[in-house]
Amino acid sequence: MTLEQLATGQCARIAQVEGDEPLRTRMFALGLRNGREVAVIRRARLGGPLQIRVGSTDLIVRRREARMITLIEPAA
Amino acid sequence: MKRIALLGMPNTGKSTFFNRLTGAVARVGNWPGITVDLLTAKLLMGGDMVEVVDLPGIYNLHGYSEDELVVRHFLEKNPINLLVIVANATQLDRQLALVLQLKDLGLPMVLLLNMVDEAKRLGIQIEQHKLEHALGIPVATLSAKHGIGFPWARQLIERNLNDTLATAAAFSAFASDDALEARLEELVRDTVHVPVTLSETITSRLDRLLLHPLLGLPLFFLAMYLMFQAIYTIGTPMQNAVEWLLGLLKQDAVAPLLAHASPVISSFLLEGIYNGVGTVLSFLPIIVLFFLFMGIVEDSGYLSRAAFLVDAFMSRLGLDGRSFVMQLMGFGCNVPALMGTRVMRSRGLRLLTMLIIPFSLCSARLQVFIFLTTAVFSPRTAPFVLFSLYCMSFFASFLTALLYRRRLTNDEPLLLELPPYRFPTWRQMVMRSWHEAKGFVREAGGFILLGVVLVWFLTNIPFSAAPASAHTLAGRLATFMAPAFHPIGINDLMSIALLFGFVAKEVVIGALAVIYGTNEGALSGIIATHLNWIEAYSFMLFVLIYTPCLSAIAVLRQESKSWRFTALAVAWPLFLAWTVSFVFYQAATALIGA
Repeated sequence: MTLEQLATGQCARIAQVEGDEPLRTRMFALGLRNGREVAVIRRARLGGPLQIRVGSTDLIVRRREARMITLIEPAA
Repeated sequence: MKRIALLGMPNTGKSTFFNRLTGAVARVGNWPGITVDLLTAKLLMGGDMVEVVDLPGIYNLHGYSEDELVVRHFLEKNPINLLVIVANATQLDRQLALVLQLKDLGLPMVLLLNMVDEAKRLGIQIEQHKLEHALGIPVATLSAKHGIGFPWARQLIERNLNDTLATAAAFSAFASDDALEARLEELVRDTVHVPVTLSETITSRLDRLLLHPLLGLPLFFLAMYLMFQAIYTIGTPMQNAVEWLLGLLKQDAVAPLLAHASPVISSFLLEGIYNGVGTVLSFLPIIVLFFLFMGIVEDSGYLSRAAFLVDAFMSRLGLDGRSFVMQLMGFGCNVPALMGTRVMRSRGLRLLTMLIIPFSLCSARLQVFIFLTTAVFSPRTAPFVLFSLYCMSFFASFLTALLYRRRLTNDEPLLLELPPYRFPTWRQMVMRSWHEAKGFVREAGGFILLGVVLVWFLTNIPFSAAPASAHTLAGRLATFMAPAFHPIGINDLMSIALLFGFVAKEVVIGALAVIYGTNEGALSGIIATHLNWIEAYSFMLFVLIYTPCLSAIAVLRQESKSWRFTALAVAWPLFLAWTVSFVFYQAATALIGA
């Protein structure tokens, strides 16, 4: 499952961050790294970006970039 | 003199700290190996003169973004006595990564944990002594905005100010992110304690309203409308007042002084130099107001929310929501909107935004259009004509974005922080406006003056001919350019007016009056008899799209620091304007004529 598919209001742990080196270092610096818990707060309409929360930081991520973050399935 | 560099991630309040530390004495400085402007200030610290440099906010030292390269080049080329790192105390879980990276550079450094008031409200506990011990560098906590802990932070800097200068060690020796990650995890676990669930904050409650799926966009447009009104309903009268004062001064003080000078000298000084200086000065009220209000939108955290709201549409054009905000503000005046693009840190995105802003139908152009539409069209059709020009304005900018989005690629992904809503600080906003106004006069002023003088020469040489008549250089230029302008329905006299419009669009009407040898009151009757509606509309299309005014060009150059880009930003609209007018004029005459 990727971050894009995570339901609004849910949180899960990051399994892996894909993408090229600059993108990954940028995500790392913003706290998006393996093992961190991430939550989707809301989605913009019409295919717009996601608002996500990692630690105490809120971020805007486009769906294209959200697809590069794979998650560990949350235990039901 | 000793030197301190200030470094930190974006949104750490680094600039607020810089302003508190240095007061209003900061200026823009040039540094070896660096092309962007850095704020610098000199102050007395512990008996030494110290130069403080505010480096751009960066996320890490890898050097993938322009700002990261700027910081690397600065630290490699310019030895410093102390590096002051500013970190946001609420986000240490990730911000300490930068501190760990910086430690490898072997520079003398101290760490300031800013925004402790917010951290306390969130229930975040930081073990300062443990952190100091683990990092091996002195740490102080403060709130730069409210001044809490500031004296101690200042003392800490003073105490740790080395006597010797140091340059950064090789940047290639960085530990990989994986190794860094392990160190970071351990450090955060030992020193920072974050409550398991963050309490429901005012920010989340405000976001629920301002980012609401249905209400979010209308509220955004309302906010933009209010801001626009605030800037231009206060700013435009102020601009007029400046122009009125300058006119008064010219008429009653400067002109009598030149009464005995030859007409040529007096015209050169009054219409060339004096008007050029006046053009520069008349922009100052709007620039100051624009940055005051932009400061509110930016510092409050709303600008990134705007990006969230309109990104779905803007990303298809290769732009983001902040571009859209600047484009909207450009409908008042392009000049401050172009300067405002500095909030975007990706160069491609910034240049693309700067390319589309000049198509925004600014208030100067609006004056021309209102005059021409009322002169040529019936009161019933005039509003529709005006509305069609606004549509054209958006069309031209979106077309440009689509055509140039590949060439001016936006290399950075949209990974924007949504900071909590904060009250902006007056001090910060006033200082920012002051810097921007100063920068405009210094960087763009000379260029604008030069352009006004150039147009004066074209329209006044030879001096034997009547100014702006067919016998002047401008008149001859118009005759020469006639084969280009006739196919779009613009006669020689009108094309001289376009040359004036290059200085400032609002001058077009005054220029037409001079050219037709009449006053502005009688002009509309003359225009109505000389122009049919197709010619008038073609002329307006051209005025809307062609070359942004001289001041806009000066700012395009000031901000892009590239003559090539400036040339593109002049040539492309000129080409587009001609094409649009040509298609319209030829199609309309063919249809109506048939």
